[in-house]
Amino acid sequence: MRLEKRAERSDAMALASPFLALVLTVITAAIIFLIHGDNPFHALYVYFIEPLTALWSVEQLLVKAAPLVLIGAGLAVAYRANVWNIGAEGQLTLGAILAGMIPVMFPGWQSPLTLIMMMLMGILGGMIWGAIPATLRNRFNANEILTSLMLVYVAQLLLDWLVRGPWRDPQGFNFPKSITFTDWQLLPYLTSGIHLGVVIALLAALALGFVMARTVKGFEITVAGLSPRAARFSGFSEKRTILFCMMLSGGLAGLAGAIEISSVVGQLQPQISPGYGFAAIIVAFLGRLNPVGVIFAGLLLALSYIGGEAVQTALQIPDKITRVIQGVLLFYVLACDTLILYRITSGKSA
Amino acid sequence: MTKTETPLLEARNIVKVFGALRANDDVTLTIMPGEIHAFLGENGAGKSTLVKMIYGALQPTSGQFRWKGREIITANPSVARHLGIGMVFQHFSLFDALTVAENIALAMPGPYDLAALSARIIKVSTSYGLPISPTSVVGDLSVGERQRIEIIRCLLQEPQLLIMDEPTSVLTPQEADQLFVVLKRLAREGCSVLYISHRLDEVKGLCDAATILRHGKVVARVNPKTETAASLARLMVGSDIHAVRPTSSATSGQSRLVLADLSLAADGPFATTLKNISLTVAAGEVVAIAGVAGNGQGEFFDAVSGERPVGKDMLWLNGVAMGRASISTRRAAGAAFVPEERLGHGAVPTMPLSQNMILSRHAVDESLVKSGLLQKNGARDAAERVIKTHDVRKGKPDPEARALSGGNLQKFVVGRELDRTPSVLVINQPTWGVDAGAAAAIRQALLDLARAGSAVLVISQDLDEIFEIADRIAVISRGELSPAKPALDLSREQIGLLMAGAHEKKTGAHSHAA
Amino acid sequence: MDLLLTLPIIIMTAATPLLLAALGEAVAERSGVLNLGVEGMMVMGAVAGFGGAFLTGNPWVGILAAIVAGVLMSLLFGFLSLTLLTNQVATGLALTLLGLGLSALVGEAFVGQPGVRLPTVGGIDPLIPFSFILTTVVGYVLFRTKTGLIIRAVGNSHAAAHALGYRVIMVRYLCVMFGGACAGLAGGYLSLVYTPQWVENMTAGRGWIALALVVFASWLPLRILAGAYLFGTISILSFVMQAQGLGIPSQFLSSLPYLGTILALVVISGNKALTRRNTPASLGQPFVPDR
Repeated sequence: MRLEKRAERSDAMALASPFLALVLTVITAAIIFLIHGDNPFHALYVYFIEPLTALWSVEQLLVKAAPLVLIGAGLAVAYRANVWNIGAEGQLTLGAILAGMIPVMFPGWQSPLTLIMMMLMGILGGMIWGAIPATLRNRFNANEILTSLMLVYVAQLLLDWLVRGPWRDPQGFNFPKSITFTDWQLLPYLTSGIHLGVVIALLAALALGFVMARTVKGFEITVAGLSPRAARFSGFSEKRTILFCMMLSGGLAGLAGAIEISSVVGQLQPQISPGYGFAAIIVAFLGRLNPVGVIFAGLLLALSYIGGEAVQTALQIPDKITRVIQGVLLFYVLACDTLILYRITSGKSA
Repeated sequence: MTKTETPLLEARNIVKVFGALRANDDVTLTIMPGEIHAFLGENGAGKSTLVKMIYGALQPTSGQFRWKGREIITANPSVARHLGIGMVFQHFSLFDALTVAENIALAMPGPYDLAALSARIIKVSTSYGLPISPTSVVGDLSVGERQRIEIIRCLLQEPQLLIMDEPTSVLTPQEADQLFVVLKRLAREGCSVLYISHRLDEVKGLCDAATILRHGKVVARVNPKTETAASLARLMVGSDIHAVRPTSSATSGQSRLVLADLSLAADGPFATTLKNISLTVAAGEVVAIAGVAGNGQGEFFDAVSGERPVGKDMLWLNGVAMGRASISTRRAAGAAFVPEERLGHGAVPTMPLSQNMILSRHAVDESLVKSGLLQKNGARDAAERVIKTHDVRKGKPDPEARALSGGNLQKFVVGRELDRTPSVLVINQPTWGVDAGAAAAIRQALLDLARAGSAVLVISQDLDEIFEIADRIAVISRGELSPAKPALDLSREQIGLLMAGAHEKKTGAHSHAA
Repeated sequence: MDLLLTLPIIIMTAATPLLLAALGEAVAERSGVLNLGVEGMMVMGAVAGFGGAFLTGNPWVGILAAIVAGVLMSLLFGFLSLTLLTNQVATGLALTLLGLGLSALVGEAFVGQPGVRLPTVGGIDPLIPFSFILTTVVGYVLFRTKTGLIIRAVGNSHAAAHALGYRVIMVRYLCVMFGGACAGLAGGYLSLVYTPQWVENMTAGRGWIALALVVFASWLPLRILAGAYLFGTISILSFVMQAQGLGIPSQFLSSLPYLGTILALVVISGNKALTRRNTPASLGQPFVPDR
């Protein structure tokens, strides 16, 4: 088997590749279910289809998709510029911490401004945590993959200390949790299942999509990722691009953190996210590093979370299957993407 | 010299196809033992392709090779080396983080013994007059010294055929003379040389036979000693290219670009420091900077374009101190820049031409970008305009930059800047890797721009080109610039000496010893 | 306290997995391949090691299983990034995510089960001296043999290596597999020596620290040894200080290894001359042969 470079990108494959990857993932999932001793078709139905059949389940889907889309859109932009922000989980955590600071320190303050401040603090927290790896890269050439990742552990430890120590709810029977948030410290719900965060995520993704496609900033990011020398020739500062991308993706992750603690979680506690920051990496790639594509990819990955919970209840398959399916999906996406730039031919050259 | 009947190497009816491109079309080439055989053709004619197949780095689509009469297949470079074929590439296959001895060891078969190898290197290199130290790290060496490593690497394996791909493009005239002495000695000792070049004067003085390639086909087999440079050129290119029309060097214009004691520290272990460069380019003139690759041309371009800031007063554009200004600010002041590398620097390879228009003009052209929003239609119209004006040949309406041939892409990149009628144009290697037709068009365009009143600064390694278009010439060597003198007052010999700088040892009388 | 006597041994057990994983990754990176999947390979090694020992009662079977798991994971990475030419950064991340998920799934059956330890002499298990020997061997091979020269050449310029006739892809596959074996072994060490049990995500970021270690040590085996022991000491110190009850929050002490990694990266990467001389120039760039 040989790879032969195509003269130009295949637009057909660029569209088909995510679907092909999805099909391959479904087949792999079926095989895993088979090994576990279940009827693969039934398991696939429970995992992928059933969650879409009930309204409450679809609402759950959208709520789970919101942070994935929000973070994934920011990561998509950063990755386009070859800025590898792997620490979104940490930026989410810092955003949650800073947002949570408001209700914890001013529990009596109940006004629409409270909620707005919480969201803004969330963005700020994420931006700060994203700015650190960017600055370390700009000033010291330190690899942002490693620094942003190390900061994930630091952020989680910081949160752990806060909820066990100074921010623990004194009326909480010694559980490591803050006070529960109320009224204006919580996001309003639009229907019984869908909160405002879903709308925020959608709007953010669409806005980023517009920026990437139609503005000079988007042009700058695209060129920076394709050809750093050309970007310099074009007048774009590499350092500023890196800082922008890290702060943008960090800020959005922080916002997602703020949204989570003011909705489904409703307080600060050691675990506020089932790994959204990492799953969002898959979302970004599955969405072809395009903020609009991320919307669909986010829905798909949200489905994989819910499906995992479903097969656990219905078939006693551990919900850890979700992370396996997500990892497998990313592998297939990357492998199928090869076909965009290369054609597979058989045999050797003459 | 006795010539035996059996040729040393024969290429018979070689065809090589890359997708839609027939790089070699039914090529037949014969080299006799002890012969220095020239392989002529302009850039893109297919010479490197054939030679890579002889050496085993590429496989022919059809056709056969014969070595001393027997059919052979060079499946890979080891097979070729085993037969006795050595190759010195145009772009060296050297590892700059490793030492000279380690580099040579990688090309040699047999057990690994650095000490013994180092001794042999010293012996062979001094014997041939190309001294080199086995423990130097390649990254620290000059381009000429690196070529020596490549040559010695071949010599150590006692080749019977030595292939040299454009060897003098990276040498000063004096270093080139040294090389010719070595090659003639090799031929005397029975080793054949396949000498690829597009430099006709060299070939006439050095080679016994020549095969000429054009567009992948063999068009002539001649004895270069009986031909003139003009007849060889005509065979290479097919028709007389109309000479570029130089016009009177009117330089009554004001100084548009002034460099005053410009200095810039090297930003890495393999880079060059710029030291106290002073130069003035006036409206209406073309100033050329000559120099062999690796003497600071890239760094110089980065300083002038603004990719790397210098002291504020070191650079003046149209009378304003701009040493610290960004490239966008310099463009807004009327300057335009064309870098050496078109793919990856001057243009983004996977972006369509319309978007590549935006690349250098988003900050200065409202038809391309307005209030931060990209004007896709404006960009397409502008691209069309450039394509039409400069005869850029392409397939689809708005192709990716990498789909264009070198010459056409260069025409586009240069045309993109000329379209703005800049008051200052700085261009690095205007016609490197470009076919003769496009090269002539580009040089004419540069001259026309100057005559229309702009200041044009050209950095080039091609002395022919420089003499064709420059009013004044300066030479860059190891990061320092000689004072610019009128072209009419300079000879190639003098430029060669300036290129070599003050550091080269003075070699003795450089005669072509028979 | 007899903590002082056992402290050196504890430090060694903390440093050894870092050392093993970093040595393997250094070889891979010397050949020009950036494999960010070390954490994934390591945790798969941990679960395979535990499972192998648990199911057979023999810890050496566990070690073998750990190595095999690491090699298989690395082959997956190699196939995608070397043959299919996928983006190495993304593929490495995918490997880590898959490894963490797959190990969690497979390890469900082993949670809470008692572990099987490797035999020790005076508290020192055989892999500790092995890690020292491996350091010496890797250093010798890389810098004194033709094999090592070829690896370094491929990492410096795959185009030049290919032009000379060396099989770049094959060299890289072998180096990646060596990296996988070492990472798997390191993971097996965690579940068979360090804390002989299986816990989900038990590598706790050590794979990432090993990656940082390679950069910090400029891809040189002896410096990797020094760095691994430095980090091992920092980790253990934080435990010791927690145990002493000094009033410093335990979370802060636990964060020391991670903060230390950031600091180490900053210090080394900021030294441009050092990094430029030693960084394999073709690191992370895919090699596409044109035939």
